[in-house]
Amino acid sequence: MAIWVDEDIRLLVQGITGHQGQFHTMAMKEFGTNVVAGVTPGKGGMKVHDVPVYNTVEEAMEKEPNASIVFVPAPFAKDAVMEALDAGIKFVVVITENIPFHDAMDFVHYGIYRGARIVGPNCPGIASPGKAKVGILPNTIFKEGSIGVASRSGTLTYEIVNSLTRAGLGQSTCIGLGGDPVIGSTFIDALKAFEEDDETEAMVLVGEIGGTAEEEAAEYIASRISKPVYAYIAGRTAPPGKRMGHAGAIISGGKGTAESKIRALEEAGVKVARFPHEIAEMIKNDKRV
Amino acid sequence: MKLLEHMGKEIFREYGIPVPAGMVAEKKEDLERIDIPFPWVMKAQVLVGGRGKAGGIKFASSMEEAKNAFDEIMAMEIKGERVRRVLVEEKLSIEKEYYLSFFLDRSSRNYLMMFSSQGGVDIEAMAENITKVYINPLAGLQGYHLRKIPKEVRDVAKRLYKIFTEKDCELAEINPLVISEGKAIAADSKIIVDNNSLYRHPELPAEDVELTPLEREAREKGIAFIQLDGNIGVIANGAGLTMATLDALNEFNGRGGVFLDLGGTDNPEKVKQAFELMVKAEPSVILLNLFGGITKCDTVARGIIEFMSQHEIKCPVVARIKGMNEEVAREMLKDYVIAVESFQEAAKKAAELGGD
Repeated sequence: MAIWVDEDIRLLVQGITGHQGQFHTMAMKEFGTNVVAGVTPGKGGMKVHDVPVYNTVEEAMEKEPNASIVFVPAPFAKDAVMEALDAGIKFVVVITENIPFHDAMDFVHYGIYRGARIVGPNCPGIASPGKAKVGILPNTIFKEGSIGVASRSGTLTYEIVNSLTRAGLGQSTCIGLGGDPVIGSTFIDALKAFEEDDETEAMVLVGEIGGTAEEEAAEYIASRISKPVYAYIAGRTAPPGKRMGHAGAIISGGKGTAESKIRALEEAGVKVARFPHEIAEMIKNDKRV
Repeated sequence: MKLLEHMGKEIFREYGIPVPAGMVAEKKEDLERIDIPFPWVMKAQVLVGGRGKAGGIKFASSMEEAKNAFDEIMAMEIKGERVRRVLVEEKLSIEKEYYLSFFLDRSSRNYLMMFSSQGGVDIEAMAENITKVYINPLAGLQGYHLRKIPKEVRDVAKRLYKIFTEKDCELAEINPLVISEGKAIAADSKIIVDNNSLYRHPELPAEDVELTPLEREAREKGIAFIQLDGNIGVIANGAGLTMATLDALNEFNGRGGVFLDLGGTDNPEKVKQAFELMVKAEPSVILLNLFGGITKCDTVARGIIEFMSQHEIKCPVVARIKGMNEEVAREMLKDYVIAVESFQEAAKKAAELGGD
């Protein structure tokens, strides 16, 4: 099992001829992902690491992709996501950062209308060790196993996953949900899928200041999740009103503080770590896992 | 990016939302050219809230009073923010004060229109009497949404929604929206434009008055850089990791002075620029926390060495380097930095060195 991404993925790469697109097409293939096609308008007919490039998603559909990853620059990202959704693709991972949030609102809601799952924007994507990766997460940090990880950040997730792997704790699936205020998939979506996944025995949630996604996740955990959940929340010392690197990481109007998130999670029975690598120790010492 | 009141009102005027007759004064002589009949309302142009309570709004019924008020306002610092200019407006007769805004509701992923019949005060203080109307972006603002608020403000709401979507706003707020002689007039404006959309709004003023000079320089170079209250400068890669490093410092009573997110770069030139900015902020310790996933630690190290061999860094640099090519990077940097093994040790060491 694993969630959302597995051996059956047939991946389309939008923006495949760019620097990031080329590099990560290779890295995803090395991870074991079946990359079947790429799209860059005007570059049809090329090949990138043996992957055929098309001018449009519609043309690329002859390779029967069932998922897409978007590396297209921010001003054109909405167009790319809409194109994938209209071609009938039901799983779209948007890596691009700095997308205007009004654009994200449009494609997130259009995704819902089309019955598709969107992950991101401004995210590192998703990896199911031993199966496939649709994203830019480093290949070297993973190990097959039973921990499900969902996070709002990138490097901090790699740090935590790496420490899990070193402690011998493998992962079922790791998802970077994205650091923007509007994202396609939330903690609750991930928690629900991990709860239903037979392979996942415990979950790690990596949150940060801004919004109330962690508080909503806590409520969901209290009523619907039976598996153990561990968490780390970044930004305990972040001042209000400052945007801490991620567009979504801002305490505004007294909302979105780390204290509020930690309190909500602890009240829901989640163990919250003070340092990122403490999570691995917590899981090892927990008799439930 | 927050817009000053007078800039927001320019946009209101362009979109047909009534605003009081007004002109901006930057120098005292500018007052002479204002042809608005007395009495005047004179308002400090600052971005922080609570301007009225701090004395940033004054009234004048003659040129002499106006000049005195101008001097007083321009000499003020409101919550640490210097007053840049004064907006001079006609004084309105006020029958009612409403509150109206559009913003993003993150948790429902909808636009949210908020209306209150008790405007003029801080929205957080208005616990009751708030009408909340959720708007799906694909549906857009419809008549049935508008029928939930009083008739006399519906036209303004329609126009404000147009501004909110067309100008890529995070927030478009009128507080108070006054009724004067039976007509709705925007007595104040608060507009926050999404920074990520500025590339498609060349018509908006380019000045972001909220940033410190170093923060502005960083933004021009595409580096996420925030100045904080403490004395330890943190450089890490990734916003989450940088925040986590600042938090870890705090566990050992260290205080972060700079948040600098290198991002996904391993371009030595960008690393050099980052160190240049950091040194200008004059921290008493620099803490580098690097996790190389895709980023190669040795190319980051090359940027650091290039900078340190050309510039003298007066403070110690504590470095914790993990990930791709970490051994090579550590060997390269051994004469330049205080190397530590773990995240926790790095925070502890930097906090010790940064203590008084």
